[in-house]
Amino acid sequence: MAIKPLKQPSSASSAAVRLSKIAVSNTHGEDSPYFAGWKAYDENPYDESSNPSGVIQMGLAENQVSFDLLEKYLEKNSSDATSSGRVSSFRENALFQDYHGLLSFRKAMASFMGKIRGGRAKFDPERIVITAGATAANELLTFILADPGDALLVPTPYYPGFDRDLRWRTGVHIVPIHCDSSNAFEITPAALDSAYSDAESRGLRVRGVLITNPSNPLGATVKRAVLEHVLDFASLKNIHLVSDEIYSGSAFSDAEFVSVAEVLEARGGRGSERCHIVYSLSKDLGLPGFRVGTIYSYNDAVVTTARRMSSFTLISSQTQQLLATMLSDEEFTAGYIETNRERLRRRYRMIVDGLGRAGIECLKGNAGLFCWMNLSPFLKEGTVGEELALWECILREVKLNISPGVSCHCAEPGWFRVCFANMSEQTLQVALARIHDFVERRRGNQ
Amino acid sequence: MLTNQEQLLSKIASNDGHGENSAFFDGWKAYDSDPYHPTQNPNGVIQMGLAENQLSMDLVEEWVRNNPQASICTPKGASQFKDIAIYQDYHGLPEFRNAVARFMEKVRGNRVRFDPDRIVMSGGATGAQETLAFCLADPGEALLVPTPYYPGNDRDLTWRTGIELIPVVCDSSNDFKFTRDALETAFNKAQESNTKVKGLLLNNPSNPLGTVLDREALSMAINFINDKNIHLICDEIYSATVFDEPGFISIAEILQESPQTNPELIHIIYSLSKDLGFPGFRVGILYSYNDAVVSCARKMSSFGLVSTQTQLLLASMLSDEEFLEKFLAESAARLCARRSMLCQGLAQMGVGSLKGSAGLYCWMDLRRLLKAATFEAEMELWRVIVNDVRINVSPGASFHCSEPGWFRVCFANMDDETMRVALGRISKLVMQSNKNSESRKPCRRRSKLEISLSFRRLDEIMMSPHSPMTSPLVRART
Repeated sequence: MAIKPLKQPSSASSAAVRLSKIAVSNTHGEDSPYFAGWKAYDENPYDESSNPSGVIQMGLAENQVSFDLLEKYLEKNSSDATSSGRVSSFRENALFQDYHGLLSFRKAMASFMGKIRGGRAKFDPERIVITAGATAANELLTFILADPGDALLVPTPYYPGFDRDLRWRTGVHIVPIHCDSSNAFEITPAALDSAYSDAESRGLRVRGVLITNPSNPLGATVKRAVLEHVLDFASLKNIHLVSDEIYSGSAFSDAEFVSVAEVLEARGGRGSERCHIVYSLSKDLGLPGFRVGTIYSYNDAVVTTARRMSSFTLISSQTQQLLATMLSDEEFTAGYIETNRERLRRRYRMIVDGLGRAGIECLKGNAGLFCWMNLSPFLKEGTVGEELALWECILREVKLNISPGVSCHCAEPGWFRVCFANMSEQTLQVALARIHDFVERRRGNQ
Repeated sequence: MLTNQEQLLSKIASNDGHGENSAFFDGWKAYDSDPYHPTQNPNGVIQMGLAENQLSMDLVEEWVRNNPQASICTPKGASQFKDIAIYQDYHGLPEFRNAVARFMEKVRGNRVRFDPDRIVMSGGATGAQETLAFCLADPGEALLVPTPYYPGNDRDLTWRTGIELIPVVCDSSNDFKFTRDALETAFNKAQESNTKVKGLLLNNPSNPLGTVLDREALSMAINFINDKNIHLICDEIYSATVFDEPGFISIAEILQESPQTNPELIHIIYSLSKDLGFPGFRVGILYSYNDAVVSCARKMSSFGLVSTQTQLLLASMLSDEEFLEKFLAESAARLCARRSMLCQGLAQMGVGSLKGSAGLYCWMDLRRLLKAATFEAEMELWRVIVNDVRINVSPGASFHCSEPGWFRVCFANMDDETMRVALGRISKLVMQSNKNSESRKPCRRRSKLEISLSFRRLDEIMMSPHSPMTSPLVRART
């Protein structure tokens, strides 16, 4: 007999059996418009044949453009799941719970990360800590680098999930480093200083800067000069630098992406003990379901502690095994990285050109699974209220779920993140046609 | 590296909450640096400190071989690869949740139903425990936990959460069962120090005791938490390792029979690491009868979801009724046989162990081998066992046991031959101790012995060609 839950807890019991403050807070962020659009999509999802007027999901940064390459690899390399060609037997693998992670997996990840950086940086497998996704990696690093009440500086606009990942259970604050379109949203020394002072004046102790490179939602890599400056700033203030490089393999061309790892190597490792890189296979390989995240730290104490903490969030040994084999296949990885870049670049051109024909501009991008679209000309006053109204209109009338800049804490209203890699080219064309019609209608109405 | 490194890290990162600075890690280090192998390293340390279930892995391997469609790495299963790899919904694959719910019901003899929508994933039971602590208590608040308890609780429940664990002290006078008095004492102690108690954590079957809670104890616990209006967390991770009477009674069953209990106070923790022997797959489950907790825990599960590759495999395996029937029966039988081998072997040396019907270990009574009834003496004996007898066992102090002299000995992570070798080594230790016993204090009151001592039979049963040349106890005293 199933136990039916009480529909509403009685006021007496809910007062006495209060859940934690963390549990009742809404720092998980799921009430934000970023997620509201998802619900609209879930209720009425677009399908080419069965639901052609449904909502097209352009709010989910997923990479589906290169799946065929993975499937081809599996076709060539699949075998009996328990043995033959595998590094360890099913039994050994099922029992393997060492929080160091499979050595073969760490070696393969280190090699893959090096390849993505065109061999310009080398990664030591002993510094790789495994976590179930970058979500866990970012939270874990925050627990290690900051105490409750401390602050991390994060350039805006930023990935909405950071509000939950960096703050919810850790009790740490995010203080924004405001960037704007006057210089393509690049981080300036003035903005960094201003954010630091802002934190100080609020009585918050700054423990680090967290950047995303390539940036989500901008879809652009961070310039070398900016990385150098942020590193110098971190050294000067004696704080940490976390570089979330989850989109590193999604830069459209190898040459344009500069990792903090390269900058450190060029400096002979000077200042590296304050640097930590977050990576994951969710975006570059399109495997978000497998929960594969890593922390790469140049700081021994952080590696040791992160490893211990990873007990709460290890990667399934079964998945480590699969990826160890896949990522150590030189031919496959080289081919994949190059082809994936090419296809993403093509996709980007398609959407940016299509938007251009509708008279819409985007930030010049060179990486990622999305473009940063400028609809500020559509706003009369340039307020957040107008941005949200426009977003709602696009969701309800145009039936596109895109992400409003306010959900990314963008300081300038009117910008939207539009994902392009989680659908077929046909669907993308349908979406572009809808946008085109929408713009025409608005022009007609003015 | 700069010497001021530690200052750059958080308090959580710099404290000992991870638990690895405890002396007991020396046992692991001793094993890691010198692991036993029957031919390559016969004098190495035998690992009996790791509660792993390896006895029925062959059955699982056979199932995996026969079910290639359940694995995305095989030609049969590869067609599902894309959908599985993309699926990141924190609700988890519906077929996975359904299969887990059905499995949990089966393990409880279908005496209760579990709602798949109340199943939340986590990074192993380790992750589930921490998530629950984050949901139920604020930093500085406390959970009551009967001793002896699993050492990992300290890290899992308190390290990053900032909550406290308050022991509910149990002892051998009644086989370490918790009493209402003990619960009240612990609760009052908390109140006196202005610490708010938010819940009671039970582990049933118990690690390290290897016993199950009876109906009376479970009802008493439910009445207690209901009276105090606090939560009840039941870690049922060993539920399918029950191999004998008394059988397993889940808190779910008691809840069903207690309509006056507020179900919103009840939460179950589960995992496949022990029952099925898959610690590497990191399958943790949190089941709550409280909607708000389910909702919150599910959001938190983003920090520790189960790989969809693994969800798929298990969705298939756990829906195979025929396989499960066979596995559960066979696994129980093998665990029963192995435990008997260990405990009867110990009994024949005059070493008692707590009578139990579950788990992957037994709770061994070495009190009469202690030089004094102190934890220092227990530590000394433990070092002898690790360094000289060359077996890693877990001393009671690491489980916060109130009485020195008890040790947890794992038996399901090795083959029969290794078990024989281990028993042989223990017998040498005991024999030497018996020789020295005239110079010692009189024996303490013992707990139940299963069979009385018989030295003559020892040589017949213990075939141990690899015995140390000199007695470890003699060496320890000089």
